[in-house]
Amino acid sequence: MNDIEKVKKLIIDKPLKLDCGQTISNFPLAYETYGKLNDKKDNAILAFHALTGDQFASGVNPITNKEGWWNYLIGPDKAIDTKKYFVICANVIGGCMGSYGPSNINPKTNKNFGTEFPVITINDMVNAQYHLLEFFKIKKLFSVLGGSMGGMQVLQFISNFPDKSETAIPIACTYSHSAQNIALNELGRQSIMADHNWANGFYEDNNKSPAKGLAVARMAAHITYLSKKGLQEKFGRKLQERDDLKFGFDADFQIESYLRHQGSVFVDRFDANSYLYITRAMDYFDLSKQFDGNLSKAFEKTNTKFFIISFTSDWLYPTSENREIVIALNSIGKDVGFAEITSDKGHDSFLLDIPDFLNTIKNFLNTSYNKKNEKRI
Amino acid sequence: MKKEFNTIANLVEKKSKVLDVGCGDGELMKYINENITNDIRGLEISKSNVQKCVAKGLTVIEGDAEKDLKQFPKSSFDYVILSQTLQAFLDPENVISELLRVGKKAIVTIPNFGYWKVRLHLLFRGTMPITKDLPNEWYNTPNLHMCTIKDFVNYCNKKNIKINSKNLSYKNLFSQLGIFVIEK
Repeated sequence: MNDIEKVKKLIIDKPLKLDCGQTISNFPLAYETYGKLNDKKDNAILAFHALTGDQFASGVNPITNKEGWWNYLIGPDKAIDTKKYFVICANVIGGCMGSYGPSNINPKTNKNFGTEFPVITINDMVNAQYHLLEFFKIKKLFSVLGGSMGGMQVLQFISNFPDKSETAIPIACTYSHSAQNIALNELGRQSIMADHNWANGFYEDNNKSPAKGLAVARMAAHITYLSKKGLQEKFGRKLQERDDLKFGFDADFQIESYLRHQGSVFVDRFDANSYLYITRAMDYFDLSKQFDGNLSKAFEKTNTKFFIISFTSDWLYPTSENREIVIALNSIGKDVGFAEITSDKGHDSFLLDIPDFLNTIKNFLNTSYNKKNEKRI
Repeated sequence: MKKEFNTIANLVEKKSKVLDVGCGDGELMKYINENITNDIRGLEISKSNVQKCVAKGLTVIEGDAEKDLKQFPKSSFDYVILSQTLQAFLDPENVISELLRVGKKAIVTIPNFGYWKVRLHLLFRGTMPITKDLPNEWYNTPNLHMCTIKDFVNYCNKKNIKINSKNLSYKNLFSQLGIFVIEK
């Protein structure tokens, strides 16, 4: 935890009224930046992370000592070249990498908030991150982008701040969390809550953590990030360091061992209550509902140039749902491009080294940036 | 660049808003984007072509003209271009009506089955014609609905679609390609 205290933080003193009705103020927003903001301040890109991401999108995460989650995409000479662009990424509120969340101290009780932390929404997340623009004195971002829950934040950001970004790239996301999405998140939450150590969310008071429940939540979620074909090709029915079945409940199969490993490393870096709060925020996300069921209305006021990306084998946020966003934009004559990238890697594809995907972003951003500057001349 | 691209591009007014349906690898879009108007986007079904368009820095929407034109509102483009793909659609009649709904004007090009070489090929050889614009064999051609310039003009007249049909007999015999601007 001491390391987390050292991460860069913006203290937002302005009160933020949350969708749940509560108001928060003087709260920390942890962030990281890559590259340099130029003199014109026109090269800034705000990247939004997904459910279990954090502000360390590129380089090495100083807390986990692992590579940043979007290291394939962002960095010097990469698709989003940080020699050219200034990339900002913040930990969402409700998160556990330094931003205001359930593991912060509740001033009323002097204990961790636990489940007394207010329920937050995607809307609250982007409203909090908007303060980064004021902090860096950026009048208009060059781009906002994100995959999965990051993509939802992109949509909400443009809807809330229609003239604050030249371009937007929502990736592998949806404008409205489906029943299946909610069901899968509920499975994860119930798994955490079923862990005796969870103690109604006040586990930090007991110095225990619902690690088993959180690990199972991660295992279940991890399956949804992969495709059937991808799993079959990688694992099939291969056995784990044994020649034959052991007729027991040990991890006989490699896939079992792999999932157990994914679960166990996850609990070292993620907070169970944050998992509850962030999955809840995703479930509450329905951008069209905010506009009387008409998604196009969310984008009526914007001239932002969109590029939407989906993946062939993503069954969690399938192409059809991403295409709905394209249709909503086209139906009001907005500037939108769309590509479905071929990949067997499922929803996880947006985090992987897939050349067509990385090139699509690179080409879209670089041409848009050049065009913008031509216009000015 | 194909020769007809210049002719098509010259039919587009400067600074107008354009949709290129079935934009392929984006060569025509790129030419129009650089020389006529930069308010242009394409609709393309092939993934590899979508990547080629993106690499050229063009705005492209991956999609199927037969299904995806309906998402655009009425008269949302000054010009909708359909270059040499009409004959490949399952339902060209529906595509034409969608082009005329979405675009104030549509520029349509068709390989002319009435071209004299095509006629002679069929007359003397008795096999399906193969020419520069019709390079495939009957068993692997993507073209489902071949027509002549005269057929297309007759169709437009029947449907009360405005079309330029000057020197029709001459063009129907001597043009490999028909290039039309049509509007409702």
